[in-house]
Amino acid sequence: MNKKIWSILVPVVSVIIALLFSAVIIVLIGKSPFEAYAALLRGAFSSKQAIADTVIKTTPLILTGLAVGFGFRAGVFNIGAEGQMVMGALIAAAFAGNFGSLPPVVAIPLTMLIAMSVGAAYAAIAGYLKAKTGAHEVVTTIMLNWIATYFASYMVTGPLAVGSGTPKSPEIADSAQLPILMKVGAIEMSSGIIIAIVAAIFMYILLNKTVTGYEIKGVGFNPYAAEYGGISVGKNVVLAMAVSGALAGLAGAMELMGVHHRFLGELSGGKGFDGISIALIGQNNPIGIIFAALLIGALRTGSNEMQFIGVPKHMVMIVQGIVIFLVAADRIVRTIMIRKRVNA
Amino acid sequence: MRILEAIFLVFINPLFYKITLTASTPLIFAALGGVYSEITGVVNIALEGIMLIGAFTSVVFTWLTGNVWIGVFMAIVSGVALAWLHAWGSIKWAGDQVVLGTAIILIAQGVTGFLMEPIFGKPGQTDFVGKIEEIKIPGVAKVPFIGKIIGELSPMVYIAFASVVFSWWLIYKTKLGLRMRSVGENPEAADTLGVNVYGIRYFGVLMSGVFAGIAGAYLSIGEVGHFRELMTGGRGFIALAAMILGKWNPVGAMLVSILFGASSAFANQLQSSSLIHVPATVKPLFDMIPFILTIIVVAGFVGRSRPPKADGIPYEKEA
Repeated sequence: MNKKIWSILVPVVSVIIALLFSAVIIVLIGKSPFEAYAALLRGAFSSKQAIADTVIKTTPLILTGLAVGFGFRAGVFNIGAEGQMVMGALIAAAFAGNFGSLPPVVAIPLTMLIAMSVGAAYAAIAGYLKAKTGAHEVVTTIMLNWIATYFASYMVTGPLAVGSGTPKSPEIADSAQLPILMKVGAIEMSSGIIIAIVAAIFMYILLNKTVTGYEIKGVGFNPYAAEYGGISVGKNVVLAMAVSGALAGLAGAMELMGVHHRFLGELSGGKGFDGISIALIGQNNPIGIIFAALLIGALRTGSNEMQFIGVPKHMVMIVQGIVIFLVAADRIVRTIMIRKRVNA
Repeated sequence: MRILEAIFLVFINPLFYKITLTASTPLIFAALGGVYSEITGVVNIALEGIMLIGAFTSVVFTWLTGNVWIGVFMAIVSGVALAWLHAWGSIKWAGDQVVLGTAIILIAQGVTGFLMEPIFGKPGQTDFVGKIEEIKIPGVAKVPFIGKIIGELSPMVYIAFASVVFSWWLIYKTKLGLRMRSVGENPEAADTLGVNVYGIRYFGVLMSGVFAGIAGAYLSIGEVGHFRELMTGGRGFIALAAMILGKWNPVGAMLVSILFGASSAFANQLQSSSLIHVPATVKPLFDMIPFILTIIVVAGFVGRSRPPKADGIPYEKEA
């Protein structure tokens, strides 16, 4: 079988195996997996409201998926999407509270630009350290995640804090909020999804139609050969991290401008980490990433409904974990498939 | 300068040293786990997840049996089980070790969160289930200063230091240790000499499950006596950094763990100082310190270190 088919088959089969495994765990806690999965589907797609909710959840996931996927293509593993997202949204929130006098055509792109630049700069720290000192980006980006989390918690309980209760920043100016595409009951679906899809197209063009993309892929594919061919590995590692961080920052901006309209204490909630699952399921392909993000977004939305029938929503994490495991050790899936073929 | 005076007072307070020891203990265990895995050539960023499973299992079994040591034992069992999963994926199936590690962290977070409600009837945090008692050394407890530090300590602290000595001996003074290191440096050569590369690697990864499992047990039943969702709070990654800075050596990993422990003890003590007022909102900035320190360390600003040559590279026997 050729590479293209495997790159779709491996993640799809992994998802199926993960759902089967989770079904066993659901049985173990005395619930029916059929009911659980039915609730999951119902929660994610059964009404206009559910669909809007799924789209809202999917939007930032497309972007963090693209962020991690872009990094992978350049041979860097950006576990820091979480921190870049938080930093981007936090700093953008601090500025966008004062954009009241600007018209939306300026305020919206400006807010996005701030979040993306901050995300890019924050990720570039890890890229720079990798290029200069060889510090592994997995360790540095994880540390930067924790630093971002604590910094954000300082900002929203300290200098930026408003009101009492949940730590939060002031609301951003109306002119910096994304236009609403659809309103179902209390749920407002913003135009963020369009921006996320545009970002996916942008990534596709950057990787496949530009010299920069060619160089970045070259570095990811074989850094030694790239260096020999006159491509600067260091420069491209920093650049790849920066683009990856900009995408993560944009994910933060979408949450800020389209959903919460302010920075909340727990803004990210693991979306950066979800980006890893999504990039792997989507095989680092922008179009694949959109579908993978939809899958994880639907699981996350539907899991709330599942919780009502007594199946903890943590099941989604188990599913994601097993999928990542199987995609990383893809020979397991290949072996299963080939054996099936031989037996059949 | 009240701030300097406050810092000075922290350093002459025996409590600072006691907290340093207790804060270092889980890091020492987990970092040792990392050493075992990585000297045989398997990168193990799953430490965070293994600790979490250990913390959870020890609470479950302490709650079921009322015996904390059964809790510790089961933490080891669950740690080894999860480490086996990592070993299976990365050794047998030659998967990407870093990605597998993140998968295992997610699985651990998912499983522990998932089982909270069915087992304890509520999400988030369990009730107090019992704690490993501190042991009091009667003679030492009376010695001024020192007595306040080591007069009454959790036995786990002593076990941690004993484990460092044991691991150093095992890795540098025994045939098994030599084999482990040779497999991490040059698996092809080791294989030629008749060393079972796969077996040794499994051993290394499973040992990391033993120690990271104990590290987790210490966080729950060793320190607070309950389990809280995601209670490891990044300590697995700090341990990983301690191992790297400690140059993949048990003693080095221990020393760096103590440095990290001291930095959090320092932040903790400075905040409770009566000389200066540290507002609660500033606490997160203090919490950042060990992570900033880790980056500085990993970036090699405190001296470069070299990982085992085959670290992270799956070994595949030529057919």
